Amino acid sequence: MSKRIAGPEIERLIQLLAKVPGLGPRSARRAALHLIKKKEQLLVPLADAMGEAVDKVRICSNCGNVDTVDPCTICTDPRRDGATLIVVEDVADLWALERAGAMNALYHVLGGTLSPLDGIGPDQLNIKQLVSRVSEGEIKEIIIAVNATVEGQTTAHYLTDQLADFGVKITRLAHGVPVGGELDYLDEGTLAAALKSRTVF
Amino acid sequence: MEWRDEGIILGTRKHGETSVILEVMTRAHGRHLGMVRGGRSRKAQPLLQAGNRVDLIWRARLDEHLGMFQAEALELNAARLFESACAVYGLQTLAAHLRLLPERDPHGGLYEMLGLLIEHLDDATAAGELVVRFELMVLEELGFGLDLTQCAATGRRDDLTYVSPKSGRAVSREAGLPWHDKMLALPAFLLRGSSPQVDITTIEQAFRLTDFFFARHVYEPRGMQAPDARAGFLNALRKRNAAAQDVPGDTAA
Repeated sequence: MSKRIAGPEIERLIQLLAKVPGLGPRSARRAALHLIKKKEQLLVPLADAMGEAVDKVRICSNCGNVDTVDPCTICTDPRRDGATLIVVEDVADLWALERAGAMNALYHVLGGTLSPLDGIGPDQLNIKQLVSRVSEGEIKEIIIAVNATVEGQTTAHYLTDQLADFGVKITRLAHGVPVGGELDYLDEGTLAAALKSRTVF
Repeated sequence: MEWRDEGIILGTRKHGETSVILEVMTRAHGRHLGMVRGGRSRKAQPLLQAGNRVDLIWRARLDEHLGMFQAEALELNAARLFESACAVYGLQTLAAHLRLLPERDPHGGLYEMLGLLIEHLDDATAAGELVVRFELMVLEELGFGLDLTQCAATGRRDDLTYVSPKSGRAVSREAGLPWHDKMLALPAFLLRGSSPQVDITTIEQAFRLTDFFFARHVYEPRGMQAPDARAGFLNALRKRNAAAQDVPGDTAA
């Protein structure tokens, strides 16, 4: 049996940090040691911030985004175009699109994609709420921004079927050459999709 | 343990932060799972999509281990299949059917048929018939194959119109007439070679036929439901058919 090198509180801190994406047991130990060394500057404010987040973070009942208010800041922002709705798989995708800042639209977070292998069906996703939002009649265009995977595209086709009767314009993200991408290294499918969606130069 | 084989990807499941569990249908090793290290990288992701045909090397210390896959592209079909609702629902349906089979049990015929289907899944005029034929093959491989060669009552080989729900054998029009209400319709295209022009009503009849035997022999005993993607596939076929009728001469998916 291995010897303990620190008290149970520190061991627990290391164990929990090791569960954070990007950290393994070794890097969790380093992070924990760094936090302990910088107790006043880092550990205490971090603990306060986490405690506050636990109390205040909630899921937006309208779009599925995470925020400290419900409805979330995006849903209540009057400067956003209420006629355009971008449907994303996850909050991380919403943040990525917001970072891009290409559209000033509203969002809807599905919470995943249809995946029979993982046992995720339509009832496990935030689809009913999406249909209910669209049925209110204010949305004119829905942009389906799901991943270019079979699960993502199955979800996109399923959503299109569910929303077909509402008379809204349904679009999806283009598939093609990424910025910095070299044609030689792209797969044939992406190249074919890029050629199919070519634009006038 | 090590082998090399060709396979068609059925699906992937995330494993940890960088790896995936890959599920493939292989020619000689049946439906097989294995881990791919770095499978979630930008480079590997386009390759590890359902529908792609890959060259695989599987390695494990013991045969019963999950093992590691090393995959290289042979044919990248996923992006083409994404474009069509028929194809994505069809692909999910085929994968769901193959998951009914035990792992690592070779089914060479199904592998060949799967390869053929992947080529034509985005062609709505052919996909319906091919998927029905695939379902009949899966039933056969599961041990519940239908005998459509001759009438169960008279032994006749012509005018076969029904399938007996009891025996799964074909019945001629004459012999089946008294039990017409209880018999399942046998679409004529299942009796001969492939036909390019099978209408959607006949395709739906054929799907009802396979659905009945799947439900009775497979889903009900295992406490399962038919895959949702199957209904989506049929719906996509119906839509495509309706659209093709609106635009005469347009038959592509």
